[in-house]
Amino acid sequence: MTHYLEFEKPLAEIEGKAEELRAMARANEDMDVEKEALALDAKAEAMLVDMYKTLTPWRKCQVARHPDRPHCAEYIEALFTEYTPLAGDRNFADDHAIMGGLARFNDQPVMVIGHEKGNDTKSRIERNFGMARPEGYRKAVRLMELADKFGIPVIALVDTPGAYPGKGAEERGQSEAIARSTQKCLQLSVPLIAVIIGEGGSGGAVAFAAANKVAMLEHSIYSVITPEGCASILWKDAGKMREAAEAMRLTAQELKELAVIDHIIAEPLGGAQRDREATIASVGKAIADLLAPLSNQTPENLVKSRRKKFLDIGSKGLAA
Amino acid sequence: MNWISNYVRPKINSLFSRQDTPDNLWTKCKECGTMLFHRELADNQNVCTNCDHHMHITPRARFAALFDGGIFTEVAVPAVVEDPLKFRDQKKYPDRMKAAQKATGEKDAMLVAEGEMGRTPIVAAAQDFSFMGGSMGMYVGNAFIAGVERAIELKRPFVMFSAAGGARMQEGILSLMQMPRTTVAIEMLKEANLPYIVVLTHPTTGGVTASYAMLGDVQIAEPNALICFAGPRVIEQTIREKLPEGFQRAEYLLDHGMLDRVTHRTKLKDELVTILRMLGGLPPAVVADLPAPSKTPELVAPTDDADQSPVVTDSEKA
Repeated sequence: MTHYLEFEKPLAEIEGKAEELRAMARANEDMDVEKEALALDAKAEAMLVDMYKTLTPWRKCQVARHPDRPHCAEYIEALFTEYTPLAGDRNFADDHAIMGGLARFNDQPVMVIGHEKGNDTKSRIERNFGMARPEGYRKAVRLMELADKFGIPVIALVDTPGAYPGKGAEERGQSEAIARSTQKCLQLSVPLIAVIIGEGGSGGAVAFAAANKVAMLEHSIYSVITPEGCASILWKDAGKMREAAEAMRLTAQELKELAVIDHIIAEPLGGAQRDREATIASVGKAIADLLAPLSNQTPENLVKSRRKKFLDIGSKGLAA
Repeated sequence: MNWISNYVRPKINSLFSRQDTPDNLWTKCKECGTMLFHRELADNQNVCTNCDHHMHITPRARFAALFDGGIFTEVAVPAVVEDPLKFRDQKKYPDRMKAAQKATGEKDAMLVAEGEMGRTPIVAAAQDFSFMGGSMGMYVGNAFIAGVERAIELKRPFVMFSAAGGARMQEGILSLMQMPRTTVAIEMLKEANLPYIVVLTHPTTGGVTASYAMLGDVQIAEPNALICFAGPRVIEQTIREKLPEGFQRAEYLLDHGMLDRVTHRTKLKDELVTILRMLGGLPPAVVADLPAPSKTPELVAPTDDADQSPVVTDSEKA
């Protein structure tokens, strides 16, 4: 069953009607409804085009968080072979919000790391909704070090509402763990590519996304805080998330203009959730395209250019 | 707290608050309620003389106490694009900036300076909590980087006094980008083999804690400073339970292995000098209130003349 977002309700009605007609036709062979159903399909498609052509920032947030959007595990399953998960931070625990390990990408060995949100209640709880604790970042640091040691490129798939705000996480040094992970990204002498596939939430995202190249799916978001959080701080009302999402410039298109990200990956019409396979394939193509030119760079140059990229960020604002 | 203090204090407080005192002369300690005379408070670096509560201190006041003779030179910070996101919440961002600049007399929330501390040359940066909660935006990032670059140029250690409510919301993603940007600067400092010391002051939270404030070679905090990634309110809302006493305070972090030391503000200078001179391979410091440094900061190099010998103190000279 398709999961419709709130703003997609009109669309749900039309698509529902078309489905009903077809169901009736299946039950009663004398009826010919195909013509009407096709008309409804066309109407739905036109509405979808219209709706997704001008998604407001807040609607983009909803699409970015869509429960049927492909998650990290699916990308790994589809795009990589010989995926060998590696677990644990060697200090405290294994964080299931972060998955990662060795794998082959187009036969080339890589280290893949990403946030996994889970797909049903059980897995969401197990994955802590993609919100990592210090162990997760420390695991990532360990995996990045391993990759660095053996000259293996790192691919990071970012999809998190943010780092987990919990008691234990704070006690075990959430901030230090994030800071070290960002630092490790900036030290790597191998290529590091980050793709924001859903939500790029705050420090929890930047800890993997201090990369040589940062790509974003068309309807994903990347921000310093959730729109709800921003609204409750600046508007003193979490209900003002629409205004906050608008003001924060968290869409891929605005971030490209600000030179915070390098590349936008187009999504199928109606968002990644409507054609997961096509989305995963375009992400795979983007990773291959971004990785190729980095592969023949010297380790020194990889570090240098990554640092310069970040030092230069912010030298231009949005056009008035 | 016992029954006497519980009982007596409200009486004293109510007595004082009834008095007509101009706010600029007396400050009331929020912790113990003592009325503190402004000069006495300033002399004690904004630490309550009664209960040792550490109040906010402006970067200028801190530097005046930190550098020998209160003399320091500001390090210039490269200009930033103003209001890069054209951000508007209930007020326009440029209006908020102007109000903060008028209230504090500062350009933004970080001040960078070079000078000598106990005859030890350093570059220091301090965040200004009174300027939009010390929040980290492009300017703060640029100030940090400018400070590090100056430290590398002069081959001096870099001391960072952090104080921030976190990232500056009004600069959105660009404030988030200060996390990797400042981290790049720390890498440069590390490659130049120069010490990086962080002094965490109340409060240090969010993206600031999760980047440059937690990456020091030595991590010192002021007593009772709140240091965290997520604030206590957010955590209580998430886990729906009461947090333990002193949670996320400096002493708590020290207990959990996240800090090297917790040091009283008035003892910070001596401690920083001691640590930095050891890390820099310099002889022990002269312990005294030294006069302003001479024009030649090279005096502190270990190969210097008798004037700098560690046994000479001010009292002996006198």
